Amino acid sequence: MIRIERLSKVFGHGDAATVVLDGLDIVVGAGEIFAVVGSSGAGKSTLVQCVSLLERPSSGSVIVNGEDLSSLSERGLREARRRIGTIFQADGLYSRRTAAENVALPLEYLGVTKADLRRRVGELLERVGLSSRARHYPHQLSGGQRQRVGIARALALRPTVLLSDEATSGLDPESTASIVELLKELRDDLDLSILFITHEMDTVLRLADSVARLEHGRITESGRLVELLRDPESSLGRSLNPSRPALAAAPDSDTWLLSYLDGTVPPDWILRLARTLGTAVSVLGASIESIGGAAVGHATLGVRHTDRDALVRAARELGLDARLAAPAQRPDGERGLAPAGATPARAAVLAEASGAVV
Amino acid sequence: MSALAAPVHPLAVQTPLGEIPGLVLPALGETLIMVGIVMAIVTLVGVPLGALLHNLAPGGLFENVAAHQALSWIVSIGRSLPFLILMAAIIPFTRLLTGTNIGIPAAVVPMSLAGIAFFSRIVENALRSVPPTLVRVARASGASPLQIVRTAQLSEALPSIIGGLTINTIAMIEYSAIAGTIGAGGIGYVAVTYGYQRFDQPVMLTTIVILVATVAIVQLLGDRLARLATPELRSRRGRLRATGAAAPAS
Repeated sequence: MIRIERLSKVFGHGDAATVVLDGLDIVVGAGEIFAVVGSSGAGKSTLVQCVSLLERPSSGSVIVNGEDLSSLSERGLREARRRIGTIFQADGLYSRRTAAENVALPLEYLGVTKADLRRRVGELLERVGLSSRARHYPHQLSGGQRQRVGIARALALRPTVLLSDEATSGLDPESTASIVELLKELRDDLDLSILFITHEMDTVLRLADSVARLEHGRITESGRLVELLRDPESSLGRSLNPSRPALAAAPDSDTWLLSYLDGTVPPDWILRLARTLGTAVSVLGASIESIGGAAVGHATLGVRHTDRDALVRAARELGLDARLAAPAQRPDGERGLAPAGATPARAAVLAEASGAVV
Repeated sequence: MSALAAPVHPLAVQTPLGEIPGLVLPALGETLIMVGIVMAIVTLVGVPLGALLHNLAPGGLFENVAAHQALSWIVSIGRSLPFLILMAAIIPFTRLLTGTNIGIPAAVVPMSLAGIAFFSRIVENALRSVPPTLVRVARASGASPLQIVRTAQLSEALPSIIGGLTINTIAMIEYSAIAGTIGAGGIGYVAVTYGYQRFDQPVMLTTIVILVATVAIVQLLGDRLARLATPELRSRRGRLRATGAAAPAS
């Protein structure tokens, strides 16, 4: 596991000093994938440099398996770096070396014997599914394959921690998906702690167990991915799984936002809600999906004439959070202008389009 | 022959045609030996010096602004003197080192100095073009500074260093002609003393043809080596195999 404690990095001195990282605390357990998201300039690259020990933190510590690596001498640092495998954004392959020779690099640096080196490189290439490409040069490999070579190289010295610096950025969606799968597999098989630094929210949804948002060098929000997604108050949760624009409610209906609070929500909750309230419920937009095996979802509903408190109570009983997004434009009587019936049907199409697995 | 016959200078002393090979070929041999020795020294000293220059600079592995500036100044001084002046200026040093101030040994010293100054800049420039990520990769993989210089910098810059070596070798052939004036011999010496000072046009033309051919061969060899050192350019067949292999992978 890796534990980052009160990590700070200041560049420059005195008045010209810039605080790039400001007291970060991150713990990544064995077998956990922890994503750090943030826009450019948030301090992500500096965090990577500090965790991979390429840059010394100004204060705070980086602790791997109980050993504080940040206080080591330059020589000790070189040894310590071997316990953290790093995957770089642009794969960072040496253009004049074959895939196998690239994977062999850390072993060469360590001074492993030729026979051991060959065996280990064979294992690693097989692990990432590139045995048949061992003798290919980087320019002969696709972007995804090159990143696989980069991953194999990061694993060469059997690190317990894998640090991924925008590893999937710049890859096409298919390659990204295959790298995500590979990382999850490796996590499961090798019990790795993976610190995954990215700006791609989509990838985080598919990969991470926990997430933190880095903003101006501070962690502004963090938690288990599923909990963040189920927390209606979480802005990180919302930006990870943003609602797509919903349809407009009929003029006589309130617009409500409902979101899953836990995994106990019954699949037919819309029907049950309508039955409990005794009123028409239109689906204006919805997305329900399984994130790491847990149900997560949110829906925009149009609800006509109802006791608002009763709706919130009924939703809560079904495991949903409900909040009023917009009250009806004409609360009483004057119905019939909007083509009732058309709205729910179109909403269903939208729900399907956004990948719902109701 | 008739083309050569027309503008013969009244003071011209012409070497009989049959004696030209006997005059020029040994001279070519001397030039090759001189340039060969110089280039060996230039490579041995210039590569480490260039690597040092690159890594003392800000952002380098052994960043040290003062040392970088000092070294950079010395190299620049070596680069800024015209070769003839450099050669004359360091005669005491040359004599101290070789015990003489004429002949091939005496020429090798100033040529090596000028060549090292030139080549270290070429190496520095070649290393600058290596993506900085590779150094980070090496450091993160636990490489020692020397391992980083060898694998992430020099090895990756090899094709461009070979290109620089070619340019440098050609420049040294040129310098060897100037060195000829201190009795170092060589093809340049023959061109100056026979072709220029004695208006011997057939010798002049022969030396020109030989120099052009020598430079062309060096350039050809250099280009071939640089291509061999670049996997992407190594062979057409390799490229075809690559596209063939990439297709089923996707």
